[in-house]
Order: sequence, then structure tokens, then C-alpha cells
Amino acid sequence: MSDDVLEIAGVSKRFGDILANDDISLSLARGEIVALLGENGAGKTTLMNVLFGHYVPDSGTVAVMGRPLPPGRPREAISAGIGMVHQHFSLAANLSVLENVMTGSERLFLPMSNTSAARKKLMALSERFGLKVDPEARLGDLSVGEQQRVEILKALYNDAKILVLDEPTAVLTNLEAEKLFSILKDMARLGLSLIFISHKLDEVMATADRIVVLRGGRSVAERRASATSKAELAELMVGRAVSRPMRDHVERGDVVLEAIAISVRIDGVDRLKSIDFTLHAGEVLGIIGVSGNGQTTLAHMISGIVQPKDGDLLLYGKSVGDMSVADVVAAGIGRIPEDRTHEGAIGEMAIWENAILERLGDYSKHGLVDRKSAIVFADRIIKEFDVRGGVPTTRFRLLSGGNMQKLILGRNLIEHPKILLAAQPARGLDEGAVAAVHERILEARRNGTAVLLISEDLDEIMALSDRIQAIVGGRLSPPVNADHADARMLGLMMAGEWAQAMPGREVGHAP
Amino acid sequence: MRLERREHRPLALVLVTPLVAVAVALAIAGVLIAIAGAPVIAAYGELLKGAFGSRLATTETLTRAIPLILTGMAAAVAFRAQVWNIGGEGQFYLGAIAAAAMGSEVLGDLPGFVQIPVLMLTGATAGAVLLLIPLWLRLRFFVDEVVTTLLLNFVAILFVSMLIDTVLKDPLGFGWPQSEAIADQAMLPDLVSRSRLHVGLIIAMVLALLVWFVQRRTVFGMQSRAAGLSPSGARFAGIPLGRTLIFVAMISGGFAGLAGAIEVMGVQGYVTTELSPGFGYSGIVVAMLANLNPIGVVFAAIFIATMFVGADGMSRAMSIPAYIADVTVSLSLLSMLVALFFTQYRIRK
Repeated sequence: MSDDVLEIAGVSKRFGDILANDDISLSLARGEIVALLGENGAGKTTLMNVLFGHYVPDSGTVAVMGRPLPPGRPREAISAGIGMVHQHFSLAANLSVLENVMTGSERLFLPMSNTSAARKKLMALSERFGLKVDPEARLGDLSVGEQQRVEILKALYNDAKILVLDEPTAVLTNLEAEKLFSILKDMARLGLSLIFISHKLDEVMATADRIVVLRGGRSVAERRASATSKAELAELMVGRAVSRPMRDHVERGDVVLEAIAISVRIDGVDRLKSIDFTLHAGEVLGIIGVSGNGQTTLAHMISGIVQPKDGDLLLYGKSVGDMSVADVVAAGIGRIPEDRTHEGAIGEMAIWENAILERLGDYSKHGLVDRKSAIVFADRIIKEFDVRGGVPTTRFRLLSGGNMQKLILGRNLIEHPKILLAAQPARGLDEGAVAAVHERILEARRNGTAVLLISEDLDEIMALSDRIQAIVGGRLSPPVNADHADARMLGLMMAGEWAQAMPGREVGHAP
Repeated sequence: MRLERREHRPLALVLVTPLVAVAVALAIAGVLIAIAGAPVIAAYGELLKGAFGSRLATTETLTRAIPLILTGMAAAVAFRAQVWNIGGEGQFYLGAIAAAAMGSEVLGDLPGFVQIPVLMLTGATAGAVLLLIPLWLRLRFFVDEVVTTLLLNFVAILFVSMLIDTVLKDPLGFGWPQSEAIADQAMLPDLVSRSRLHVGLIIAMVLALLVWFVQRRTVFGMQSRAAGLSPSGARFAGIPLGRTLIFVAMISGGFAGLAGAIEVMGVQGYVTTELSPGFGYSGIVVAMLANLNPIGVVFAAIFIATMFVGADGMSRAMSIPAYIADVTVSLSLLSMLVALFFTQYRIRK
């Protein structure tokens, strides 16, 4: 086509034994948004690095505006009009927004930098695309969403006509993500072409004009967004039909955990404000909310890492005072932390060490670690929870995200805990792993475990929870029965409009 | 060309790394020897002869290795838990002066079997206390212990220097700034007669084995490793972070202080400001060459001692500067750091 601004033809790239890109072709028209959809390791990022000149492809060509791009030259790619927004921003925290934007586009050794012209250009761009920033603000003081805006502006400042965004929503809250996508659509309307890399079906369906699915390094399908469905895309992406499991009916049991007016203060800031909830055996209580509203503190409080300032926590009907991590583990509370690489495990330690780290007392005698039975335990988790890619002595870091989560799940569920705290259990996992994690959580529920599920993913909460409470600004809404809940109602709840969300009787059976 | 993290670190690679690093350092130092106008192979021959060529040379080399094993362990234990103790030199001196003061001023003429353990314990305690201050500052106020431990070296050494010129000054020392000597029965017995080599060598080696066992097999070893690798992960697993680091600091500072005490009790009998030719700092090199492995520390310490003792012989025989030894040791640290990097990463085109 003549109006294609970008033409990737037959790109292959091999790393050792792995064919990361296998004869991939892709075109992009002016004003079009193309989503590159694929699981982790499907070759999305490799392809974009070829496009951007970070990698030299083994074969294949890239042409911008009909002109071939010399391989392996990032500067050529930039001057041809390709802008990249990385998942991990390439910005300097100690510089101002304006300085960050200017960096790299000015020649070195100028007598002085032309700040006022740069500011004018930046403000014009900011105005035109609706990307509001303060050019004098120090980058480190900005929120992640604002930093991303700066990264986009930096690409635009370099006269990018083609913008590549690598997993742009991975670091954003739902609200910020929505805002981002409306901006991206405006940008396409104004004539820019965009490629965005994602493994999230929702955002791909909502934003892209065309969707290219990568699997195992090959381009397996191309669909117009209007002519496909989430189910089809999921199947194309994973290579087989996947469906997330749904909860079935389970008779709920006694109350096992109850919070009465609990407040938590950290460094002088009230993170949780007089929250109430009850959790029954054999049910999933979903806590939904935009991230940063106290979820981390709630998870830490139940994990025994922070202690409440006020209120009462009742465990199996008995009031417990401050609980340490050891107390929590001993009380039969399984914990899945929201940050599996920083909290859930220690990457440089072996799988077996990570399996027992939180219950060293059970796997040691007279201060000596019982390595043998720890390895047996780790082996059991690996077998029963289908952890792939490692033996007990493998370092944890070498597992994929999904397998890391299976190991963490396994170490908690294998002993059939009475209570399971699951904080963002499927965050960042690809579709196949999400289904596996959800299945395990529902299986625990069937076995009578009480699950407190903290998540910002509406689909996840709706699929798994029996009752739902929203967390807003450190407060918990009254619970609603999941059978009466829909996306609109939960949206209102997450926005704090509780009265509007649940008029009268639909407010669940709070005790 | 780019760097890629290795997925597995083969054991052979880990073992060969320090040898390669030392070989590279010797090769580069060889260029310097050649520039100084001596035949390189013959010079290294003289170096080996100077370190192991006679009974006296061998015992001197091993004597020199004793404090290095202990300060090397001080660094290795701390670094493994990510406590950056650069203060080994100060802890060494404080341990030395504490032992000397306890011996000469308090215990006096008590029998050896009382004095020896008490003096060692005193030295270790003094070293531990000196490291607990920076650790407290780190835990309480997030002060970087690299800076505080390093600067406390000067505080400690000047403090010792003041003591041996004032209250602890030896009245029979002809006016030289040195402490009073400890009693003869408080001195460590010789390991080999008619030499300076003392039982400190056995003590240091047994302690190295003990540390190896603790790190590898005990709950405390695993907890301190976890605390070092990932504070947030350790906290989530319920490991008491502060307490673990305090124990680590006590062991680390204790080893450096013990090194000072043993040097007084094994070799000199009293303290001067020339007691240590930088044992505390060399301990960092020892620990790095050993890749923080306590058994490796013993070998690395013997290597460093060989270089220092042998270089004297080499410089006399070949009339080249003895500073070649310092250069070689420093080079071996640098090449070890590079080599360690390549045990973790490989080059990919």
C-alpha cells in the first residue's frame, strides 16, 4: 500500500537456540493503531528492538515512508521518525521535564542550550496532544503516569511519526490507562501511527484498529479489532482454547477472620481508616480498587508485616493482638504478596530455600536447616503445582513469572491453609498462567479455605468473588453480593460513590 | 556485542576464577618488573623463594596470613549480608589495644589459661562494638555504612595512637609511643619452635571452618543471606532484619578485633601504630578473592601473605622496588572483580 508509513518485511532474529522472530512481516498505515499481542516471550519486544535499531536482524528489512532503514542504527531510526516509549522509562529523575525532553536531541558542546525555543516546542506539543506537563517540574517528583507522558512527549519532540509503546499500561492504574488510551486515539486521529505492545486483551480490543498476534516468535494471525473477539484472541495468543474458570456454588462456612474498625498508620499517614470485613470459610471476598488506595497496607497488615493502630482483628472468633509474620504463618494463613519478585521470594536463592523461608522453624532442628526434607517439600510443590523450568536447587530468578507464582501458590496451598490472602495474584501473568492461578484459588475455596482476594482487575474479581468490597482512600465499602454486581456498579464503588452504587437492599449480608 | 546474564554458574568456573584473576595480575605486574629492569620469571622465582624458600620464610608467610584470614573473614561475613564493613583496620586496632590494655592493666599476672581466652574475647568485643555504631546509624537513620565504617578507621587509629602516647604508654619504652607489653604467659604458644608462627593459625582455620558450617547449614546462615540479598523478601518471610544484621555485624567486627588481639598475643606483645601494615584493608581483598567463601579466605590470605613476604626477598635479590607486591595485590583485586563479573555474565554477539 502506498500510504503505509512502516513496512517490516520478513524479519528473523535468532538468539542461540531460540528463534525469537521467525519471518515476521508487519505494516502500519498513517493514523493507524496496531496492537502487537502476545504472551511473554512471544517475540514482541525483540521485533520492536529490531525496528528501533537495537538489534540487527538475521534477515528481513524495515522501511519507513518507503525508504529502507539501515539495520542496527538507533539514531537513524529516530531521525526517520520512530519514537519508542519503553516499559522502563529512559529518563533521568534528577533533571527537569524540559531537560529530559531536550536530552539527546541537542548537539554536544553547544555554547548554550536553546531552552526557550525548546520550551515553546514542548508546550506546543503538550497543547496539541493534550499531554499536560509542567516543563520545570523535577522528573523524580512526578507520578509514574506523568513520567510516561514525558517519555511520550520526548518521542514527539524528536518529531516521531511512528510511536512504539512497550506494555504502556504495565505501570499504570486503570484510570491512568484509560486516560492514556484516549490520548493515543487522539494522536492517531491527528495523523500519528502507533504500535503498542500488550498482552492484555481488554485494552487491545478497546484501542487498536488492527491486531497482530505473535506466538513463539511467529506472526500467527492478524485481525481487525471490529472483526474479532477476546475469546478468539486469547486462543490465538496461547495456541489453544483457554477460558478463565468461574466460581461454582459452594456452601460457605463459619466466619474465620473478622476485622472491626481497624486503622493502620504508617509514618504518620493513615493508610487504613476504620475498615470492617468478615471472611467465611469456603468463600472468596474480593477487595477491588484502583491501586494505591490502601491495598498494600491491607495485605501487609494481614501478612503480619505492619500492625494496626486501632481496632480489633478476630481470628476464628478470638481477638488477636499484634501478629508477627511468624504468628500469621503459624495461624494457618497463606500469603500471596502483590510483588512476587521483591516480597514473595528471593531471586538469588534456590527454589527449595524459597519454599521454606517463611517456615524455617518447621524445617530445622537445633538451628540447623533440614535441607533434605526441604528439598522433598519443594519437589512436592513442583510436582503438584506443575512448576516448570526448575528443580529444587535452581535459583528462583530463573523461573518465568507464571511459574514463580505457581511456586508461591504451592508453598501456601499445599498445606491447605484455613485462610488465603491473595494480593494481585494474576498481575503481569499471561493468559494461560492466569487461568491456572484462578483454578487453584477456586480449588482452595472448594476445600473450605477462606480467600481474601485483593485485585484491581474487574474480570478477576467478578469471576472469583462471592462478595465484593471496594477500597477507596483507605476505607472499605460495605460488601455487595457478586451475583448482583456488574461492571457499572463496581465502577461506582471504586470511585467512592457507595450510596449510588448500592441503593437499599442490594447491600450484601454484612453481619 | 552485549552482555547476558548466565543462568548457571558451573562449579569449575567458580573455582578457576580466582586463579585466572591472580594469573592476570601476575602477568600485568610482570610487565612492571620488566620495566624495572629485571628478568620476570627469575624475579617471580625469587618471590617464591622469599616466601617459601626456607623454614623461616615459610613460617613468616604463614604468620603473616593469620591476621589476614581473620580480617578476610570479617569482610566476607559482612559482605555476604550486604553490610559493607570497610572498617576492618579500625576494628583491628581497637581489638589490639583492648586486648593489650586488658592484659597489662587488668589481668597482670594471672595464669595463661585465664588470660588467653579473656584477651581474645576482649579484642573481639572491642571490634564488634566499633562496627555496631555504624550499623545502628544505618538501621536508625539510614546512614551509609561504607562512609561511616571507613571514617571510623581514622578515629580508631588516632584514638589508639593517643592511648599509647598517654595513659597506656610503656614507661620502659624509651619514650617511644607503645603500649605496655602483656605478660609472657598471655602470649600464644608457638606452633613451630624457633619461629614466630603461633597457634593463631589453628584458631583462624578452625574459625573459618566454623563460619563455613554456619553459613551453609544453619538457620542463622540462611537468614543472614536472605537479609543481605533482599531485605523486603526477608521481611515478608518474617526474618527479623535488624536482629540478623546486628548479629552479622558482631561477628564481622568481632573477627577484625580478634585479628588485632591475636596479632598482639602471637607476635609483638604490645601495640604500636605500626602493628598493622593495612591488615584491615587487605582483608577486603582477601574476601573478594575468595568470593566471600570462608574456606577460600584461608587460601586467599596465604596468597596475599606470600606476595608481601616474598616481595621483600624479590626486591633484595633483583633490586626492584618491593612496592611491586602492593601493585600485584591491588591488580589481583581488580582482575578478580572483572573475573567475578564474567562468572555472572557472558558476552554475546
